[in-house]
Amino acid sequence: MADTLKKVIYMDNNATTRIAPEVLDAMMPYLTEYYGNPSSMHTFGGQVGQAINQARKATADLIGALPDEIVFTSCGTESDSTAILSALQTFPEKNHVVTTRVEHPAVKNLCDNLEIFTGRKYHTTRLHVEADGTLDLQRYKDSLTEDTAIVSVMWANNETGVIFPVEEMAAIAKERGILFHTDAVQAVGKIPINLKETAIDFLSLSGHKLHAPKGVGVLYVRKRTPFVPFLNGGHQEKGRRGGTENVASIIGLGKACELAAASMVEENTRVRAMRDKLEKGLLASIPKALLNGHPEQRLPNTANVSFEYVEGEAILLHMNQYNICASSGSACTSGSLEPSHVLRAMGVPFTAAHGSIRFSLSIYNTEDEVDFVLEKMPAIIAKLRAMSPFWEENK
Amino acid sequence: MWEYTDIVQEHFINPKNVGEIEGADGVGNVGSIACGDALRLTIKVDENQIITDAKFKTFGCASAIASSSMLTEMLKGMKLEDAKKLTNDDIAKALGGLPKEKMHCSVMGREALEAAIADYTGAILPMAQGEVICECFGVTDLEIIRAVKENSLKSVEEITNFTKAGGGCGKCEGRLRELLAETAEGVPAQLVGAKKIKRMTSLEKIKKIEEVIEREIKPTLKKDGGDIRLIDVDGDFVTVSLRGSCAGCHSSRTTLKEYVEKKLREQVLDSLIVEEDK
Repeated sequence: MADTLKKVIYMDNNATTRIAPEVLDAMMPYLTEYYGNPSSMHTFGGQVGQAINQARKATADLIGALPDEIVFTSCGTESDSTAILSALQTFPEKNHVVTTRVEHPAVKNLCDNLEIFTGRKYHTTRLHVEADGTLDLQRYKDSLTEDTAIVSVMWANNETGVIFPVEEMAAIAKERGILFHTDAVQAVGKIPINLKETAIDFLSLSGHKLHAPKGVGVLYVRKRTPFVPFLNGGHQEKGRRGGTENVASIIGLGKACELAAASMVEENTRVRAMRDKLEKGLLASIPKALLNGHPEQRLPNTANVSFEYVEGEAILLHMNQYNICASSGSACTSGSLEPSHVLRAMGVPFTAAHGSIRFSLSIYNTEDEVDFVLEKMPAIIAKLRAMSPFWEENK
Repeated sequence: MWEYTDIVQEHFINPKNVGEIEGADGVGNVGSIACGDALRLTIKVDENQIITDAKFKTFGCASAIASSSMLTEMLKGMKLEDAKKLTNDDIAKALGGLPKEKMHCSVMGREALEAAIADYTGAILPMAQGEVICECFGVTDLEIIRAVKENSLKSVEEITNFTKAGGGCGKCEGRLRELLAETAEGVPAQLVGAKKIKRMTSLEKIKKIEEVIEREIKPTLKKDGGDIRLIDVDGDFVTVSLRGSCAGCHSSRTTLKEYVEKKLREQVLDSLIVEEDK
């Protein structure tokens, strides 16, 4: 097992990341001797509460927030639901939500179900994206009405890495008294975020996307933004999220946020350079390969490339032979029979959508790994194209 | 991650008989690039009605490629008469089984074989003559009935796994349930009626919505000096823009919900939600 793991070339960091060794070290005492309940009166438990507050501070620092604005949750999805449902309860007379067509299912399916299961009390405007995955701000402005309770727009897209101008969009919403939420699960730790200089009311982040463990997330709630809890219970998180804290994971997240702040420059220089090399190399060495998403307005770690006339699952499983890990937007990988909603919203043709591969890097990748992938990919694509009935007539 | 057998993996990584036979006696083309998988099977038949060679070209996932490869291996040296009796289950069994969501890959292999044999004998493909039930993936009632009978299918979900029918817009779900009830004996009615949440959009649905707008909705609105344009379809959500006298009309929301949405629900899919693009 250890041997196989060593050889893995992991380029699927938008799916999840490895736990940083420093994070695990920070967590271990809280999985062993420091098992007290942070709510307890005794010192044994109370010291755990203090550690949580240090983690809260580290998390707040990474995104330019105040410690009191950090609410620990179980995951990004919980944070998303909490923010949107809170806003709807804050404005019971409003019935409109503005979002995009390319949101993560955590937001997309919540909005869909809000419409369907409330007898369409609520309606949602899903903003279109351009062919390069970017949003049209004028269309956004035009979509806001007096009935709009909340806008929820992701900071960066998980499939293409395209970054949306959420700071500008939040300012526009604020002018009209509309709350603004951003799912920043993919952005936090990869690009600098300074919430105190924005009008963003809610922000979701997820631990396991930035080298903390799975099962811990954060909802940032701006000071003085009205808030209605999603999980009611004890007084944890100042009554904003009931339930005993996932202590070790919260400590781990705090450490991961410290590390992310320290590696932000590396992420945007070395990781970006590796990503660029990978992307340029693939596009240069493989014919009929297309980049999905805006070339510049993008996370530094993500490259989404379509290889026309071949199918994504088949590509991934050939890559798997070399222990190269990535993702695809093809229908077969999702278990549904249709390709990714993000690529379809961008109007990527079926010939390319089925053959899309997302590479997402991290600071743990090396240039040797990029070279290895660049060496292997052309033959994989060529092999699959040689057996594709569409390749001969289209090459 | 799918759980593929060792045989599937071997036939995927090292597929046998890739290519096209020059001067083939029979050619079978099934699937399309929009559907996500497609197979071109070519066969050579000798004077003794024995298949002497078979080759394939496949666009699709690992199980589609493995099914094609296995099919060609099975065919070589087989009597044409025996090949006619080959079922999708024979292909799946030879592979040591397929994940249930991937059974349609074996069905695609069998259909390509039938098409190739029909091409060779000059016969008309019986399955293609049926009534198209699933417009998204072009599946006929005859294909569905056969899949239900041969594989003892018991639910709409299983039909989708085997034939892809119902895996797009989902509007044929009612018809699939009917076909299932008619075909599958001994299936309790409540099982057949098991409700499934509708899946996402498709080109076919968009076309149908466009059709209804052009044919019925637009002419009616035009009588009042209005106009309408389809902007987008995403799942059940249809975005349109109202123009002419409809734009800015006080009752435009009523027009949208009471007329446009009602029409589209009646004629395309009863779960559609129509919104105005502002």
